Amino acid sequence: MSNAVTINAKTLPDDELFFGHKACAGCGGSLAVRLALKVIGRRCFTAVPANCMSAVGFLYPVMPYHVNALGASFPSTAAVLSGMEAAGRALGLEDYYVVGFAGDGGTADIGLQALSGAVDRDDRIIYICYDNEAYMNTGVQESGLTPIGTRTTTSVAGAKRHGANPVKKNMFDIIAAHNIGYAATASVGYPLDYIRKITKAKEHKGASYIHVIAPCPTGWSTPTGKTVELAKEYVDTGLWYLAEYQNGEFTLNRNPKEFASIKSYVSKQGRFKTVTDADIAELERQRDRTWAKIRSEWTVKPA
Amino acid sequence: MTGSKEFISGNEAVAMGVRLARPGVISAYPISPQTIVVEKLSEYVDDGSLAARYIRVESEHSAISAALGASALGARTFTATSSQGLLYMVEGLPFVSGGRFPVVMMNANRTIAVPWSIFNDHNDSLLLLNSGWMQVYVEDAQEGLDVVIQAFRIAEDPTVMTPVMVNLDGFILTHTYELVTIPSQDQVDAYLPPYATDHKMTLEKPVSLCIGAGPDWQTEFRYQQHGAMLRAGAVIRKADREFGDIFGRTYGGLTEMYRCDDAEAVLVTLGSITNTVRAVVDSLRAEGRKVGLVKIRYMRPFPLEDFIGLGDQVKAIGVIDKDISYGYEGTVFSNVNSALTRRRKIPATVNYIGGLAGRDISKKNIETMYRELLDMDGNAPEDRVKFVNLRWDNE
Repeated sequence: MSNAVTINAKTLPDDELFFGHKACAGCGGSLAVRLALKVIGRRCFTAVPANCMSAVGFLYPVMPYHVNALGASFPSTAAVLSGMEAAGRALGLEDYYVVGFAGDGGTADIGLQALSGAVDRDDRIIYICYDNEAYMNTGVQESGLTPIGTRTTTSVAGAKRHGANPVKKNMFDIIAAHNIGYAATASVGYPLDYIRKITKAKEHKGASYIHVIAPCPTGWSTPTGKTVELAKEYVDTGLWYLAEYQNGEFTLNRNPKEFASIKSYVSKQGRFKTVTDADIAELERQRDRTWAKIRSEWTVKPA
Repeated sequence: MTGSKEFISGNEAVAMGVRLARPGVISAYPISPQTIVVEKLSEYVDDGSLAARYIRVESEHSAISAALGASALGARTFTATSSQGLLYMVEGLPFVSGGRFPVVMMNANRTIAVPWSIFNDHNDSLLLLNSGWMQVYVEDAQEGLDVVIQAFRIAEDPTVMTPVMVNLDGFILTHTYELVTIPSQDQVDAYLPPYATDHKMTLEKPVSLCIGAGPDWQTEFRYQQHGAMLRAGAVIRKADREFGDIFGRTYGGLTEMYRCDDAEAVLVTLGSITNTVRAVVDSLRAEGRKVGLVKIRYMRPFPLEDFIGLGDQVKAIGVIDKDISYGYEGTVFSNVNSALTRRRKIPATVNYIGGLAGRDISKKNIETMYRELLDMDGNAPEDRVKFVNLRWDNE
């Protein structure tokens, strides 16, 4: 067990390490970055590939990252982190952390190869995927993590096509299949759970991966004040789950007795405007199948 | 210790040069004909003769990206690739150069697909003249080893801070064994101090690097990068002079001029073909022919002044290009012609496209080039682009 001070709502540092940026009001991604950096602290080297958190974070001469930060190419996040980690060791640095903040497309699509390589090498990096379920920086295009029926600018919900492809890649399973030392799913709607997982990733001596749901009011067509609420509701519906993978074992961290209504969750978001009752039935079917597996095969913490 | 002599390949010479330069981080992905470099380096790291971190990346894109991350922390960083691998790196190259990180890379020059081939030409590196990297081409294994050591010093010069691509002709140099003088570690340490810079991330003073800039600042960043590359010319010449003081070997600056002083016909070369051309110059000189050779060492920064400074007696210049910019002419030819417009007297110029995907350019071919250049009496043919050893007649 680690003897590090446990960070919770009361002990979360007041230090702000990501501020003065131009992110939209209600941005879930910037919240994920801000919270993570509070836990990780100043002794870090970060890489942020092409995404909103670099677009709003690196426009000369305004530099809102108050930790070391490098604007990386879209596919390269994990590789840049590996280089930083190796250099830190080569230079004899101690007590430092290497952290990446990539979006869903930057992780599950264009950045998957480099991420797979870094996890395979088990380099001591913390890779955080903030998932807002589409390419938001470029104007809301479908990514490999866009959920069923979502209306994006490249998954047109029209006469011929009915929104995004029916499968959201399961990055958590993909990373776990690398036999990674520590991986977790999280949501900015459950910040204490997220913070706890960042703390664990920080302590882990090898590669770690955290996949955090981070709503985007602009891309989701939702009110800017509802980000945290929606991120929580997403988990409560069972469409997302809070879990960890460690020592070859999956653990479910939150096991709701009853799921919140998918229909209600979906109806609050403009991106799901064209979702039908049949889509919702399909989402329920996918959810129930996933949870049957989770509940039978994983270690399940009480609700 | 004053070093030793060993019978080694160009790849091994480069690996030994890298080891002597004491990099902190190496990230590389294997590709023929570069593989021996990365094999040797990982061996050196494993046996403890090189105290570096070796990152076994899963692609060239990651090789250059990891090098970027490592150099951003101030570690001396090396990578090596070839051909398709270099092309896969392309996105990362301007990150390294624009970010002003002095990474050194060895490129084993190999043609690019398709048609597929593993053999040598310069279509890979010349595609990347605009990547913001300095490009140096070497003639033999000894120059490969020596230039790797020089490259770190040039790249890391505070007035330059620009990465260097060291080009060796695939197989012709990478896999040919030569007697190479290996400098001693003491000599190299005296020539190349550890990399020290303020342009890096530290835990004490965090910075943002590889940042973005809009229309209000972008031009100024580019202007500074251009200026740094131009300044590199003087740094390259000084680095070579001081190399000579310690090691007793020099290569010149951006070019090496061979028997050009009274030459009327000159051939311009890159890389290993220089050796053969040099031999032909000697034999034609023995016949009394006034021929010379300009070996371009650096394509970037380009040796503009060396071409301006060629004597007025030069009537014809032939440029051997192991590449072709389809629909126009060889890339070296374009660059040379552009420089020649700055002269009072502009010689006739001809472009010899040859050596593609490893096809031989023989001594006889080179003699023919010189005789053509001498015979044209200052008048270039209408079609200045000629393919050497083409199965058919040039149209």
